[in-house]
Amino acid sequence: MSVNDSDTLEPTRLAVETIEVLIVSESDVMSASRQARLLAERLGFSRSSAYHIATAASELANNVLTHAGGGRLRASARHDHPELAVIGLELLAEDEGPGIPDPELALTEGYSTGKGLGCGLPGVKRLMDEFSLETRPGGTRVRAVKWR
Amino acid sequence: MRIPILQLDRILLVSIQVDLTDNDAMQFQSDLVERVAAIEALGVAIDITALDVVDSYMARVINDTANMVRLLGAEVVICGIQPFVALTLIEMGRGLLGADCAFNLGQALEMLKGRIAKRGDTRFVGDEDV
Repeated sequence: MSVNDSDTLEPTRLAVETIEVLIVSESDVMSASRQARLLAERLGFSRSSAYHIATAASELANNVLTHAGGGRLRASARHDHPELAVIGLELLAEDEGPGIPDPELALTEGYSTGKGLGCGLPGVKRLMDEFSLETRPGGTRVRAVKWR
Repeated sequence: MRIPILQLDRILLVSIQVDLTDNDAMQFQSDLVERVAAIEALGVAIDITALDVVDSYMARVINDTANMVRLLGAEVVICGIQPFVALTLIEMGRGLLGADCAFNLGQALEMLKGRIAKRGDTRFVGDEDV
């Protein structure tokens, strides 16, 4: 098999524990989801957990794009202590959009502003183990953690 | 990114291989309903084998498309849902996909032919097999 440049540049050991994707177009949503999945797999998550994380990332990135016109999604490894093994993965979606007028409602099963199935944020909550939402007129931040 | 629509007798086959943007989805849906109406398709198989992440937006697009096709009077089967997609969709919220599903394209075609025959539609010319 031939080795191309990108293969030789790819780190073989776990070098990157954080990825950050700027979300400005719909292709960034796919990229964020894929990178989150690859990070999860590198961190040793099971395949099903990695797909849960990928889907949650896709959902969050899509929200950022649809409701705020853009923002960023970060996925990073979580440790108990810097020297200890990875125990979780945190997704952080941030935007400088108008905020969610009624966060309670946005987290209600079946409520949708029109584009999804009404299970976006509640879906993320279920796919991940921890979930928090901060929103004000000027920005929204969603944090979700999956423990390994 | 335009999704090709293949025709097999009075059945249409489409395969979604990448996440669709809003515009792609609208284009795809209008292309498909136009083709279904133009040939009065009896059935449509939507293959999503290549999708390994289906979030609630994509699920909505697939669902809506299936419902549009059904409204026109054609049968719909979705096929090739990946095991991890099934796992995640159910975990996220039940009943995301309302249409019937099959393992693969072959099974989807059999299901469509069976249903078309059951409907008593004699226009289907693909029943001379076996």
